[in-house]
Amino acid sequence: MADKIVVHDFNLYYGENQALKDIELNIEEKKVTALIGPSGCGKSTFLRSINRMNDLIPGVRTTGSIKIDGKNVYSEEQDLVLLRKHVGMVFQQPNPFPLSIYDNIAYGPRIHGIKDRKKLDEIVERTLTQANLWDEVKDRLHSSALGLSGGQQQRLVIARVLAVQPDVILMDEPASALDPISTERLEELIIQLKEEYTIVIVTHNMQQAARVSDMTAFFLNGEIIEYSETNRLFTNPSDSRTEDYISGRFG
Amino acid sequence: MAQPLSNETVESKPSLSEELRKPLPKILQTERRGRILTFVSSWVLIVILFSLLIFITSKGIAPFIKGEVSFSNFFSTTWNPSANAYGSLSFILGSLIVSVCAALVSAPLGIGAAIFMTEIAPNWGRKILQPTTEILVGIPSVVYGFVGLTVIVPFIREQFGGLGFGLLAGVIVLSIMILPTIVSISVDTFQSIPRHIREGSYALGATRWQTISRLLIRTSLPGLMTGVVLGMARAFGEALAVQMVIGNSTNLPFDLFTPISTLTSIITLNMGNTVQGSTYNSVLWSMALILLIMTLLFIVLIRWMTKRRDQLQ
Ligand SMILES: Nc1ncnc2c1ncn2[C@@H]1O[C@H](COP(=O)(O)OP(=O)(O)O)[C@@H](O)[C@H]1O
Ligand SMILES: [Mg+2]
Repeated sequence: MADKIVVHDFNLYYGENQALKDIELNIEEKKVTALIGPSGCGKSTFLRSINRMNDLIPGVRTTGSIKIDGKNVYSEEQDLVLLRKHVGMVFQQPNPFPLSIYDNIAYGPRIHGIKDRKKLDEIVERTLTQANLWDEVKDRLHSSALGLSGGQQQRLVIARVLAVQPDVILMDEPASALDPISTERLEELIIQLKEEYTIVIVTHNMQQAARVSDMTAFFLNGEIIEYSETNRLFTNPSDSRTEDYISGRFG
Repeated sequence: MAQPLSNETVESKPSLSEELRKPLPKILQTERRGRILTFVSSWVLIVILFSLLIFITSKGIAPFIKGEVSFSNFFSTTWNPSANAYGSLSFILGSLIVSVCAALVSAPLGIGAAIFMTEIAPNWGRKILQPTTEILVGIPSVVYGFVGLTVIVPFIREQFGGLGFGLLAGVIVLSIMILPTIVSISVDTFQSIPRHIREGSYALGATRWQTISRLLIRTSLPGLMTGVVLGMARAFGEALAVQMVIGNSTNLPFDLFTPISTLTSIITLNMGNTVQGSTYNSVLWSMALILLIMTLLFIVLIRWMTKRRDQLQ
């Protein structure tokens, strides 16, 4: 299998505080990779390093490299707009814009220069269908996205990401604000999406990691303690700290 | 009485549940007193408001009812009280045009400053610009008028000729005066947009400018408009500063450089010089009524827009 993202010797500092230490990780193409670990261990920080959302935070410094398709996203010539177009992100709190459902989806394509109404219509329908939301909203595309339920909002946000045609999708605890039924629908969607996309998902929920992911990385205090196939990591961890964590002894 | 179970509440002290079940008479008394106090003060407010409304309305419509002035006389442009011509249209238009122009000048400046303070240089903005706007709000209007009189009027006179007094001077003074109102309401509006909305936009590859122009301004439009209308209402009701620079002539307000009048400037200039009960004096009340009606319209507009904003968020 081809490696989509290759992280080498990556360190991140918030001012003086080192939040990520010597991260080494190869993320495979068209697989779901789960990041697990206790709160504050650096999962979100790592995820946000991949699309350089951390650039928005003053005082952040990094060393090492994160290569996507062989190109270091931290190199001088990396275009941030292009990077974020290729690497979509879904946040913990569903964050639809206070616009109509249609305008939420069309926002990204419009930013990247698509103006043609027919083309936008087509993108809206295709991505909402991909996100299993079309049937629920096709009659109210022009009403506010804030009227949707939490689960629908999160699927809308995923459709919005799909609309800019990324090849990597990063998800930071996307189900943590959802009820069990919405969570189940979201997990189905994630499994469905990995046919076409490389997905990296942070989750607090170990059953969820086990259900949706192919590979799992266990983070602790800014380091990756163990990284292997999800099945193996959960049934036969090689590090005792991983075992302690997955058996619920801390975290 | 049952024995208390814990040994902390041994003697006469009643248990918490007992205390909650029968509130002490003292609490009831304070409660009653508080209720009476708030009841009375809200009624005082309502009575004052309605007496004012009734007073101004009755005073304002009196000259028309008594037949001293006809509507066509009042809404004409000939102002010559000694010949019984009370045409106030120039002043009504003067008030409207000067405040609309001031809002048009201030809106882009104020919203731009707010964007700078919240989106572009939040640190610098909060440390320097925010206190600055607060100070600007606190400066009394006579000071604005005075500055207008000593700086802006001579400047216009030198640059464009004429007297310097007039619509342009009024617009400049008023737009400076209402700028802080527009800035602070716009800042509040931008700051109320949650951070994850901005991040959602950046994560889709939007630049900062795209995020500002396509998302932030668009979603905060009702709030921004509220600030602009509030500023316009303030300009509309302002008397002193305007009267000091506007020239106080009865010309129609269609030229930037000729002296004109507004409803407020006519009222403040003449209320002391007219005889109580005279037609002239009564017509000033009619102008006050027009001011009142316009202000009410502004308030209705603002309420409607804030409601729309709250629905969107
Ligand atoms: N914006 C920030 N500024 C400073 N420190 C931060 C910031 N965000 C996160 N951190 C710190 O980095 C560490 C990792 O946080 P985070 O990546 O959010 O962990 P996780 O997502 O695993 O819960 C924590 O110690 C946290 O306090
Ligand atoms: Mg996190």
